[in-house]
Amino acid sequence: MAERAPPRKRAWSWRSQAFRGLIYQIVAVALIAFGVWYLVNSTLANMAARGIQSGFGFLLQPAGFDIGESLIPYDALDPYWKAYAVGVLNTLRVAAVGIIFATLLGTVLGIGRFSGNAIVRGLCYAYVELFRNVPVLLQLLMWYLLFADMLPPITEALSLGGVLFLSKNGLSFPVPVWGPGVGLALLGALAGMVAAWLYRRWAIARFEATGQIRSLFWVPMVIVIAGALLGWIAGGAPSTWNVPRPDGFIMHGGASATPEFLAVLLGLVLYTAAFIAEVVRSGIASVVRGQVEAASSLGLSKDQAMRLVILPQALRVIIPPVTSQYLNLTKNSSLAVAVGYPDVVSIANTSLNQTGRAVECIALIMAVYLTTSLATSAFMNWYNRRAAIKER
Amino acid sequence: MAGSIFQPIPARPSPVKTEGLLPWLRANLFGNWVNSMVTVLIAVALGYAASGFLTWGLVNAVFAPNADQCQAARGSGACWGVIAEKFRVIIFGRYPYEEHWRPEIGTILLLGLLILSCIRRFWKPWLVPAWIGVLFAFFTLMAGGKLGLSEVPSDQWGGLPLTIMLATLSIVFAYPLAILVALGRQSALPAIRSLCVIYVELIRGVPLISVLFMASFMFPLFLPVGKSPDVLLRVLVGITLFSAAYLAEVVRGGLQAIPNGQVESAQSLGLTYWQTQRKIVLPQALAMVVPGIVNSFIAIFKDTSLVTIVSLYELTGALGLALNSEADWRPFKIEGYLFITLIYFVFCFAMSRYSLWIEHQVSRSKTR
Repeated sequence: MAERAPPRKRAWSWRSQAFRGLIYQIVAVALIAFGVWYLVNSTLANMAARGIQSGFGFLLQPAGFDIGESLIPYDALDPYWKAYAVGVLNTLRVAAVGIIFATLLGTVLGIGRFSGNAIVRGLCYAYVELFRNVPVLLQLLMWYLLFADMLPPITEALSLGGVLFLSKNGLSFPVPVWGPGVGLALLGALAGMVAAWLYRRWAIARFEATGQIRSLFWVPMVIVIAGALLGWIAGGAPSTWNVPRPDGFIMHGGASATPEFLAVLLGLVLYTAAFIAEVVRSGIASVVRGQVEAASSLGLSKDQAMRLVILPQALRVIIPPVTSQYLNLTKNSSLAVAVGYPDVVSIANTSLNQTGRAVECIALIMAVYLTTSLATSAFMNWYNRRAAIKER
Repeated sequence: MAGSIFQPIPARPSPVKTEGLLPWLRANLFGNWVNSMVTVLIAVALGYAASGFLTWGLVNAVFAPNADQCQAARGSGACWGVIAEKFRVIIFGRYPYEEHWRPEIGTILLLGLLILSCIRRFWKPWLVPAWIGVLFAFFTLMAGGKLGLSEVPSDQWGGLPLTIMLATLSIVFAYPLAILVALGRQSALPAIRSLCVIYVELIRGVPLISVLFMASFMFPLFLPVGKSPDVLLRVLVGITLFSAAYLAEVVRGGLQAIPNGQVESAQSLGLTYWQTQRKIVLPQALAMVVPGIVNSFIAIFKDTSLVTIVSLYELTGALGLALNSEADWRPFKIEGYLFITLIYFVFCFAMSRYSLWIEHQVSRSKTR
């Protein structure tokens, strides 16, 4: 008797898993589509009933409001899109500066948790617990209160060595006068960086060929500094600085940061640094002790063990959570609206109140943050892949 | 060998003591001269800062709610009188003054149940009806209009009860949604998976403030013409949708940690998809992510301070409400900020300790 194959299960049956899956998916998509259609429909009906105009056409109209600080020239007659550009640049500025400082402070605090000194350990612990358990908005408001209300007025500004001035109007600091000399110095530094990179490649190649160790930190550093110095001297050694000097109620010269910017920056940096410190601490703690012992039995010094054995492994654990902390810092910079720093949310809020186009303004905010988030995580994923274990 | 008398050799010196206070100090504070110098420098700086703070906050401080005394002490001492004077407004916001006992009892009920839910012995099915009952009681107390209680519109709710309510309700509502989304993200069905991925990534890519703006400006447009839901409800929906995305990622972490063999053996026993999830996967996964859920709760608790930007007067907003309007007390805002900082800190720190403890409890089966 020939073995008969079991009857083929009919695909269009409720018993087929694939068929049921298809039906579930169709139902889910249909439900979502209906929901979206309903929301869009009632939004349009509402807008028509309230006489709200829609569309992004308003971006070309003059904005009509002033912005306290701007990286690009802007005045009230400029169109809305330019106001948004100013806001986006302000957001990116505070986020970029904040990320740099938060990383530095967070790393120091995280390593401080492993200090041999109990007071240092305790202080780092206390800092982390204090700053991450208080809402960042509250911290921003407190710093703003400090900068805007409690500092002395500009006529009696706190001064540090006659070059730095801190007052209700913010922090004024000296900047070098831009000239061909400064440009040459920068050019020299750039050339130095290229030379240092070439040196590094050569040194690594030599190390792999002969085993001789050359400094990969101090020598490249000296090359970069020498390049910058040479460029500076070639440019006639310009040493004029534009130093701020107080004069009655205004500050002449120099550059300055507004109290709003300082409050947002300080609040974000101190808050995020607490989280980064925890990430760094757990990253270092995750490297098993055997690695340190193996390194020292190979004859590596303590520094070398840290640099060549512990940190590269800790970095793998550290990078993904630090990325999300960077994204958190960028997203938290939206709280600037509470202290009046003109970031993109604050600009969108103003234009929303002026034009009444809620949907468009909120869509713009979301688009800006989504782009930034996706770009940052794409970059960090790329870096993470570089640092990941190379499996063969 | 006559006269060989027993001659004891001198005793060896005792080993260096490594236990006790002094050796600890030597090892941890004065190990070498760098360490000693750091210790002394930091101790001096800390002592200086502490004495300055104590002088300001205790010695020269004014504790009586007296604006004139506070003005006199301004600059040299803190004015804690402002808290004594404005305590009820800071804690309860715009809620009618005579009815403050209602949010008080409601909050105590809510907090009590929250603490009970944190204890492992009470992780029983009756927690669900208990939560429903307490939430019902809370809303009856807060809103009134029943049982002879006067009606209080929700835009007058404020202060600490609002903070606790927003945080608790959003996590309670976000929890089931998060489980569904996390399961959907792991699902084999491509359309459902991509819908869940889009939702999670979209929400996690934008700041909470934009979601709150959406809740406050766009939600009214979503509903049929002429209907505008309560602002508190809109904000609650916004925070819930926001925290569900983060919570879903936490739950997904737990789901991914379940070995595939568990699912396969459940299938070979003939369990359906939902039976597998309900009886095998979720109990293990959710127990594993309890610390993550507590951490999400801490984050939401802190994030509720943002609703003050869309003009709901929770703790942070209530402080502004209490102090901004009165010229007498406005200069002492920093004391008010320090006070609510303390409240937030106590709540969040307690929860983070709890999260550490529960992490230890959950992983107890794995460490021996």
